Amino acid sequence: MGRGPSPLTQRLLLLLLRRAASAAPDKMPAVSKGDGMRGLAVFISDIRNCKSKEAEIKRINKELANIRSKFKGDKALDGYSKKKYVCKLLFIFLLGHDIDFGHMEAVNLLSSNKYTEKQIGYLFISVLVNSNSDLIRLINNGIKNDLTSRNPTFMNLALHCIANVGSREMAEAFAAEIPRILVAGSVIQLLAPLSAADQPIRAVVLVVLHHGQREGVVTAATSLITTLAQKSPDDFKTSVSLAVARLSRIVTSASIDLQDYTYYFVAAPWLSVKLLRLLQCYPPPEDAALRGRLTECLETILNKAQEPPKSKKVQHSNAKNAVLFEAISLIIHHDSEPTLLVRACNQLGQFLQHRETNLRYLALESMCTLASSEFSHEAVKTHIETVINALKTERDVSVRQRAVDLLYAMCDRSNAKQIVAEMLSYLETADYSIREEIVLKVAILAEKYAVDYTWYVDTILNLIRIAGDYVSDEVWYRVIQIVINRDDVQGYAAKTVFEALQAPACHENLVKVGGYILGEFGNLIAGDSRSSPLVQFNLLHSKFHLCSVPTRALLLSAYIKFINLFPEVKATIQEVLRSDSQLRNADVELQQRAVEYLRLSCIASTDILATVLEEMPPFPERESSILAKLKRKKGPGNLPDIDDTRRSVNGNTEHNNNNTETTAKVSSDLLALSPAPSAGASLLVDVFSESSAPAAADVYEDNFARFVCKNNGVLYENQLLQIGLKSEYRQNLGRMYVFYGNKTSTQFLSFTASVGSPDPLNTHILHPVDPTVDGGAQVQQILNIECLSDFTEAPVLNIQFRYGGTLQSIAVKLPIMLNKFFQPTEMMSQDFFQRWKQLGAPQQEVQKIFKAKHPMDTEVTKAKIIGFGAALLDGVDPNPANFVGAGVIHTKSTQVGCLLRLEPNTQAQMYRLTLRTSRDSVSQRLCDLLSEQF
Amino acid sequence: MNKIRFILIQNRAGKTRLAKWYMQFDDDEKQKLIEEVHAVVTVRDAKHTNFVESDEVFRNFKIIYRRYAGLYFCICVDVTDNNLAYLEGIHNFVEVLNEYFHNVCELDLVFNFYKVYTVVDEMFLAGEIRETSQTKVLKQLLMLQSLE
Repeated sequence: MGRGPSPLTQRLLLLLLRRAASAAPDKMPAVSKGDGMRGLAVFISDIRNCKSKEAEIKRINKELANIRSKFKGDKALDGYSKKKYVCKLLFIFLLGHDIDFGHMEAVNLLSSNKYTEKQIGYLFISVLVNSNSDLIRLINNGIKNDLTSRNPTFMNLALHCIANVGSREMAEAFAAEIPRILVAGSVIQLLAPLSAADQPIRAVVLVVLHHGQREGVVTAATSLITTLAQKSPDDFKTSVSLAVARLSRIVTSASIDLQDYTYYFVAAPWLSVKLLRLLQCYPPPEDAALRGRLTECLETILNKAQEPPKSKKVQHSNAKNAVLFEAISLIIHHDSEPTLLVRACNQLGQFLQHRETNLRYLALESMCTLASSEFSHEAVKTHIETVINALKTERDVSVRQRAVDLLYAMCDRSNAKQIVAEMLSYLETADYSIREEIVLKVAILAEKYAVDYTWYVDTILNLIRIAGDYVSDEVWYRVIQIVINRDDVQGYAAKTVFEALQAPACHENLVKVGGYILGEFGNLIAGDSRSSPLVQFNLLHSKFHLCSVPTRALLLSAYIKFINLFPEVKATIQEVLRSDSQLRNADVELQQRAVEYLRLSCIASTDILATVLEEMPPFPERESSILAKLKRKKGPGNLPDIDDTRRSVNGNTEHNNNNTETTAKVSSDLLALSPAPSAGASLLVDVFSESSAPAAADVYEDNFARFVCKNNGVLYENQLLQIGLKSEYRQNLGRMYVFYGNKTSTQFLSFTASVGSPDPLNTHILHPVDPTVDGGAQVQQILNIECLSDFTEAPVLNIQFRYGGTLQSIAVKLPIMLNKFFQPTEMMSQDFFQRWKQLGAPQQEVQKIFKAKHPMDTEVTKAKIIGFGAALLDGVDPNPANFVGAGVIHTKSTQVGCLLRLEPNTQAQMYRLTLRTSRDSVSQRLCDLLSEQF
Repeated sequence: MNKIRFILIQNRAGKTRLAKWYMQFDDDEKQKLIEEVHAVVTVRDAKHTNFVESDEVFRNFKIIYRRYAGLYFCICVDVTDNNLAYLEGIHNFVEVLNEYFHNVCELDLVFNFYKVYTVVDEMFLAGEIRETSQTKVLKQLLMLQSLE
């Protein structure tokens, strides 16, 4: 029941209550007018007076037998009896009993010339006959007769039947018929499920939208057009101007024009909603006048929301707000009018505190989408306190859920700590049904907006403490991935899990995280006698017996890592592994681990142990598995996109603080001895080696420039060998797949491939290649790449193998360049120029004017800039012939925001390229790389 | 492409007084939906919204409902549909029933179930709100009433 029921509703309520009270045993209702079927009413009364299910079934069986005998009897039934019996069968079916006869009689009713008989026939068919019935031909025949009968009532029944059955067969059978009827201009409504965008329908419905005098017809036509427009938007483009015109007439009209369609002082609310929905199939109108008219409509709707209500009834405000919410949806869909977006946000803000729960709920829902628009994101954020309050006070869990959604959507770097804290505290009392989702959201926000990772680790451990049961594997995997990939947080993580594990009862997920982290990084806190190796081990092992098999297996692995990290606890751990409860454990996995780890610890030398149990390599950077899970849970459409590359550019200043430190590091590296053989060094080696083969006297780099704007392709080829590449990059990490193809029919022997990197790059070969490569075979090598700081020199791939007795040496420059670590950044014109000005210092800008080497093709240029890694920003440069781009270079130590501008001069066949970044070396390098591409 | 998936009228005990389906469901699914709708709406009170979204039960649908005395009027639509428009769609429908049956009560719906379908068809068609003018609907209903 809505709040504040109208007098009419109240009267209705009282009446219904009074009648319900006097309902048993049934009296016949007063409504049996001339057309009533007395036999039917008696039967219904009988059923209602049955005291038990058995009695009801008995009565029904008796009636079924009676009807069956009537239908089978020799005497032909008159129309009235047939109608009555078919109606009884229908009633029995609606009570939930199977009906297996009477279909034919129902179909017969279609050919009656009495409305009441026809109506029951059609009703029976639309409720009971499915589309593959063998009667369908007869039914279609009946419908056809009625459609051509020129009797509007019969035509109406036939059309309703088509719409109700809605089967493809029926739609096809009458697809040609229906538009004809519509054109004939009868009063008949049309909305048959004819989704096939037939030419005649299109023409007709558009005419209706334009000229239709009766709002009801227009209402129906608008729904049809919306459906069709979703399927083939281009065919219905003209509907936009018609819809705007209609809407404008409704919104500005005095309600007297639309008297029949005014509902509680609101002019044609349903039609308005449908028109606004239709407009959401299209982008904002391009025509300025039309656009202005639409904006005017939307403003009027927003204005009306501020006017005092014309009625206190909830129906009035609901109808008005139905239109308002749809208008706001359209404003959000267009996402192009900042003033409207902000006004919409303010309006919703008022609703957040409204006494109607419905309105608070809808306002929260709608604001979620507003939060993802850059125009209104800030305006939404101002309501944070109200939303947090809703989380604490709303009685309806679905409203609290919307509040959580909105907090998630409005979260950014500025408020992440507050929002995460509020979500965590809500989690303690949250409804079970939404806990898991909140856990996922907290985990994602904590990761996404972590500035210092100690906060992240604390947050996740809190999550496990508060809602351990709802912390899915994805969440605790993720915290481990992050701790492993960031060495600045490892010591803190070890200390924190160690402390958390002190609690007498801790969740098994904490034991998992604790086991893993201490196993990897326990050494970082082992210096403190309070967390000495033995203390750490005893603490973990005290939890062992309470844990499930998978956790115990994980702990066993932690123990063997302890043996490697701390030789002093080796004996203790070996004893544990040797005990019967491990070595003879009934679980095969546990037993096997215990046996293998024990053997390993006994026979392997410390060196081997150290190699086997080496610290985990960093995980490749990929989309957070948690985010993927949340998307699965919510469906792709429902997750507000909070991708914030835009904001990370603004947040860049935080990272720039690291610059001095990085520079210091780079310079100290210069003094250090370089372990990697540089190209020059390998040349020397080759000269002095015994190799008689034509040594690769030079590092091959012919194809290098071709990879600046692309990631895949053939890097090198001679008569023997082809080297192909596939690579992918994310932030400061990359992965490269190198394919070596043996073009000959002879084996390559002693095949080796190694990479020498300049210092600012870490390259790590995941698998050494097999030393033999068969003739015609292709082998693959995977290379992990990490960019530590900005760099100019590219790594060199050194390949050696024996072919027919001679040693072959090839050195190829690997196309890993600074721009590979670009993340594109979208920004608006204003932001772009503001940042452009900020980067105005002379050393930050590098400019180059050069002659075009290739034909000057706009599309090719665009593709190259995008391939380079920057976001191509449209409509930023006042001169449309110019190209501007923006992005952020990610290195481990810092992020560098980059802006670029390319000005072609087609007459002179010249380009001018300007790069502005916060680091001169980056500006220079990017300019060098990109200028070679045109 | 239907917007309305189904319209249900149920009483507090869970007896169905009207079930109008605008989408193909088999009989088992229909029965399951009827029971689920009853289970979710009867536990709600005036502090709750008139909308129920449930990921497990209705997937991409939501229920918009309103209670009149012992009867729940429920409309099932897409999650993206306009809640308030359907909420008032229900009320508009109830007001028409009230006029047509002269102060409608549950028993009217039971004994005249076949007429209720006619009212529904006049106001909703193929899953869309179609005629919203009470005057027009009632005029048409009275005309039909006068026919034999």
